[in-house]
Amino acid sequence: MGSVGVVHVLAAAPADLVAARQQMALSLGWHIVLACLGVGLPVLLLAAEGRYLRTGDERYRRLARQWSKAFAVLFAVGAVSGTILSLELGVLWPGLMSTYGDVIGLPFAMEGIAFFLEAIFVGLYLYGWDRLPPKVHWWTGVPIALSGIASAVFVVAANAWMNQPRGFTLLPDGTVTEVDPVAAMLNPAFAPEAIHMVFAAFMVTGFLVASVHAARLVRRRASELDALAFRVAFTLGAVIAPLQIVAGDYAARFIAENQPVKLAAIEGLEETQANAPLSIAGIFEIPSGLSLLAHHDPNAVVIGLDSVPPEDRPPLIPMLRASFQLMVGIGTGLAGLALWWGVAWKRKRREPTSRWFWRAAVLAGPAAVIALEAGWIVTEVGRQPWIVYNVMRTSEAVTEAANIRYGYYGLIVVYAGLTAATVFALRRLSPPSVEPQLPVPPADEIDEADEIDEVDEMDADAGSPG
Amino acid sequence: MSAAQAALAVTWIGVTLYALFGGADFGAGFWDLVAGGADRGRSPRRLIERVIAPVWEANHVWLIFVLVMLWTCFPPVFAAVASSLYQPLTLAAVGIILRGAGFAIRKTMHDLVEQRFFGAVFATSSVMTPYALGAVAGAVASGRVPLGNAQADPWTSWVNPTSVLGGVLAVGVCAYVAAVFLCHNAVVAGDDDLVDYFRRRATVTAVAVGVRASRDRGAPPRLLICSTA
Repeated sequence: MGSVGVVHVLAAAPADLVAARQQMALSLGWHIVLACLGVGLPVLLLAAEGRYLRTGDERYRRLARQWSKAFAVLFAVGAVSGTILSLELGVLWPGLMSTYGDVIGLPFAMEGIAFFLEAIFVGLYLYGWDRLPPKVHWWTGVPIALSGIASAVFVVAANAWMNQPRGFTLLPDGTVTEVDPVAAMLNPAFAPEAIHMVFAAFMVTGFLVASVHAARLVRRRASELDALAFRVAFTLGAVIAPLQIVAGDYAARFIAENQPVKLAAIEGLEETQANAPLSIAGIFEIPSGLSLLAHHDPNAVVIGLDSVPPEDRPPLIPMLRASFQLMVGIGTGLAGLALWWGVAWKRKRREPTSRWFWRAAVLAGPAAVIALEAGWIVTEVGRQPWIVYNVMRTSEAVTEAANIRYGYYGLIVVYAGLTAATVFALRRLSPPSVEPQLPVPPADEIDEADEIDEVDEMDADAGSPG
Repeated sequence: MSAAQAALAVTWIGVTLYALFGGADFGAGFWDLVAGGADRGRSPRRLIERVIAPVWEANHVWLIFVLVMLWTCFPPVFAAVASSLYQPLTLAAVGIILRGAGFAIRKTMHDLVEQRFFGAVFATSSVMTPYALGAVAGAVASGRVPLGNAQADPWTSWVNPTSVLGGVLAVGVCAYVAAVFLCHNAVVAGDDDLVDYFRRRATVTAVAVGVRASRDRGAPPRLLICSTA
């Protein structure tokens, strides 16, 4: 039935609605990875440099400095890919902005302030390595981390508003009055989305950075910093991964209560029913599983797609379902990997020695990025056909300009080039390999002396958490 | 003063700050572009890189500030301008991406060929972006943007004498501001050759921009945007 809805929406829409949506999806989907790294990397920098300040171990300072070079490139690319999003809001969605621009202005203004602070302190931090006393330098990193998190939270507030619009009154003639920007920003979806997003940013950063270093360790092309780097980065991902399951559950239950059609779409539930079963990867079903998951009650009624007419259902339901299951599957897998790592750490004060752990660790970063994109698809495509949930259709908001698609094609080329150039630059920045001494893993061939050194050092560090 | 006028005044301050700070960054890209071959252009390019690198990201905030002010305080105007002028704004967007990325990535390159490539990307887009934004200003000033969703002519709205003037003036003013700013930094660095180099360029661009602006008084700019609708 979903496909009927798609056809209907497309037929009613201006010719370039699809191009406009794809351009926005490309720009946001590209920026979200950079944004996550912009939120997470400062935390890693603070952790590494902080450890140097506490222990005096120069290697941690070198590590922070090495990472900060990559951060400089990623922050710059993220700054520009984020800037153009505000242009695209108007270029592609004038219907949204002309009607609701004043309603959602506040979180964007706050985000602007946060970005400004962030950019100023990034300048101080990156150019202050040799100019500032070590402690002062560390403190210049703190506002970067805080404003990075704040930026993410504010931007997500605007997105949450699109899912749960509040803070205005819509008159029958289509005009908007009694605008309350604070109520709009603090809409009900704000908390579940913001927490889920910030955790995702930490997971993506932790696992992605850990992946890069794990790959070098596994291929035995590691420099002496790789083992330390892996440890710091993986810790961030591993600590957050279990928390994300709780945050994800909170977000899913919120959707079940407040956007039941979105939940029905991502679970493929056609009919409203009590004891709704949960389908796992389309292979088997858990009786009453969905009722239990969505409402924490096996007898709860879960709203199905049939609760709304076909034109009010999201398009691309198979893709939505696949995205949701991919996100949940990867998230669960990463939490499992974190558990494995946690148990090994508790017992032996070091990473698991199994090759399988290291192979999984190499894949964890790309997997986290896939989960991130899948989650973004769930929340954005799941909201369709609404740009403002139950208030304004995406087709009402899109520009009436013809030939938007050519701009989109051009941007595809730009983003492809940008991706290649960024990867190229990051590879250039990675330090030359040191053969073949490995300070730590992959442990089958580990040198006894090195191992003991590491254990001692980590025991010493364990006394000073943070 | 009404709330609208106050909001307009604040937005205008934002535009001015973006023109000053962002403009100096764009203009530095212009001087990078015309600095000549790798040998001749080495020392000005080095100064440009050193001076711009710590600040250019922060300076973007003024563009974001102006956009947010515009859509929060004058939503229908923002929607009309952005949807009607999507061509120059897309060019500006592409220019902003290429410029920032080109600049950041050039710094990580050691090979001359690679530096040249990313430097060329940085410098070319440094000219394209202010031109496109100036053309947008020209389109709005000459009343070519009616209210509504993409109601302007997609081409003549920004390819017209006023827009060309706006674009050329934007590039010229950016170049002038940057030359003054770089000259000051050369003084601080105590590099007399570069002080001379940028002083000459600042003087020439000041005169050129002044002459260009004063000779083009055919269409007096209209103050309130979209008022024709």
